[in-house]
Amino acid sequence: MAGATSALSASQHFESRSATRDHGLVRALLLILGLGFFALFLVLPLVVVFAEALRKGWDTYWAALVEPDALSAIRLTLLAAAIAVPLNLVFGVSAAWAIAKYRFRGKALLTTLIDLPFSVSPVIAGLIYVLVFGAQGWFGPLLDGYDIRIIFAVPGIVLATIFVTFPFIARELIPLMEAQGSEEEEAALVLGASGWQTFWRVTLPNIKWGLLYGVILCNARAMGEFGAVSVVSGHIRGLTNTMPLHVEILYNEYQFAAAFAVASLLALLALFTLALKSVIEWRASPKSEPEARPKEPLP
Amino acid sequence: MMANAASRSVLPGFGLTLGFTILYLSLIVLIPLAAVFVKTATLSPEQIWAQISAPRAVASYRLTFGTALLAAMVNAVFGLILAWILVRYSFPGKRLVDALVDLPFALPTAVAGIALAAIYAKNGWIGQFLEPLGIRIAFTPAGILVALIFIGLPFVVRTVQPVLQDLDAEFEEAAASLGATRWQSVTRVVLPAILPALTTGFALAFARAVGEYGSVIFIAGNMPLVSEITPLIIITKLEQYDYAGATAIAAVMLLISFALLLVINLLQAWSARRGRRDA
Repeated sequence: MAGATSALSASQHFESRSATRDHGLVRALLLILGLGFFALFLVLPLVVVFAEALRKGWDTYWAALVEPDALSAIRLTLLAAAIAVPLNLVFGVSAAWAIAKYRFRGKALLTTLIDLPFSVSPVIAGLIYVLVFGAQGWFGPLLDGYDIRIIFAVPGIVLATIFVTFPFIARELIPLMEAQGSEEEEAALVLGASGWQTFWRVTLPNIKWGLLYGVILCNARAMGEFGAVSVVSGHIRGLTNTMPLHVEILYNEYQFAAAFAVASLLALLALFTLALKSVIEWRASPKSEPEARPKEPLP
Repeated sequence: MMANAASRSVLPGFGLTLGFTILYLSLIVLIPLAAVFVKTATLSPEQIWAQISAPRAVASYRLTFGTALLAAMVNAVFGLILAWILVRYSFPGKRLVDALVDLPFALPTAVAGIALAAIYAKNGWIGQFLEPLGIRIAFTPAGILVALIFIGLPFVVRTVQPVLQDLDAEFEEAAASLGATRWQSVTRVVLPAILPALTTGFALAFARAVGEYGSVIFIAGNMPLVSEITPLIIITKLEQYDYAGATAIAAVMLLISFALLLVINLLQAWSARRGRRDA
């Protein structure tokens, strides 16, 4: 279902039959409306990012990217993603194993709770860590005694990033592992494999595409998060600025070309993510069951 | 099913994985979220009411929920059209359109925000043509609407598209053979089948729009009482070290988000039931 090829042949099937074929005028109207809306709301903003970034030429573009504050923002963004993604990966695999392979009471509740961060406003995601670790928060005074700073420092940014990307990998793996069942793992155990051997040699190869899919979406959000990180960052240039925050600062200082230059890197990351996502959907679709790879909306 | 359930316990690691899952979930999500309600509970009911019913806060709820609702409605219409042409028609560049529909999920919200501001500002790509007509989009509530339409679109397309794909041509053929016009078979056969998915997509787009911050603030103008969204009020109060005020309003937003999550779960259950019955 996710494969574009099957969608193409399906649409030809629909268009070849009189009962499912729309009137030529209706077809033209819907195509114009749909593609016009698509061009105006999705393509134009993307084009604008690159056009504005290069408006003052390649030299200005390059200068905006290699400037020390920009480089430190890039480093911090990479660092936050490098911590948040692996942690959420371990969590995602662990949660999917527990939920997909066993039956227990409260399973539906647990699945809902894992999705919770998607329904919380990013601003609130930042606020909660201020309430826990901030100067007036639960552990603020205690941490202050040991001279540990979490809010307005790198650990806060990492925590906020972990929160907003929390469900990505788990919600990708749970339906996939549920659809696959446990027969292969049981067979491996019967043949004498240990639990870890079963996981590494049987489960992991089966879920690798779903896992990769979750990881790239998790990574895109981790590198692009703005609201939650903005609340806990304190916006200290060169220290607690991530790339999206650096874009904001440049923009508010009317350095538009520089702001769009940094933004264009994030837009390239988004395009790379979408390309990889399409490749994975195409790779995964012929092997696995159609139900195992639903094109689910991901916030 | 029963035999399967019994043999499932053969797999090792239940205690380890469930324990780690619950521990990590509690540390990262549940305990910090509880802080909002614990902090709010330290205020007296009068203080809470004064915070959440202040004119600026009430104006922001109206703006946030009003624009989110309108954006979700626009997305329901155009998302359905996009899903329809992606499933039913073949046209050049379809694969590219299909892949790019997810752009708002992948593009950082701050990038979307500055791009939309550059398009709709007075001297912007489109704004310069609207300005002589007296139409202003950026730095008005209309700008907020544009940003919320951008971030919500994929939710509708991606919930409706798989359901449309699974809908066999037979149903419409049966309707046609029974003498239905094309309009009748679309409105009486196709629309009822995809209605649960469309409603779910609408609710997901609405829920996302209510909490959105990054793409909105660059294009909203952020004028108190006019174009100030609720998440921004929380940020402003935090910057003034008014933690109690920020938390009280955050608690209201969280409760509304939880209610929306419940509604979405019920809608998805409805959608799944409908899917099984048709199959």
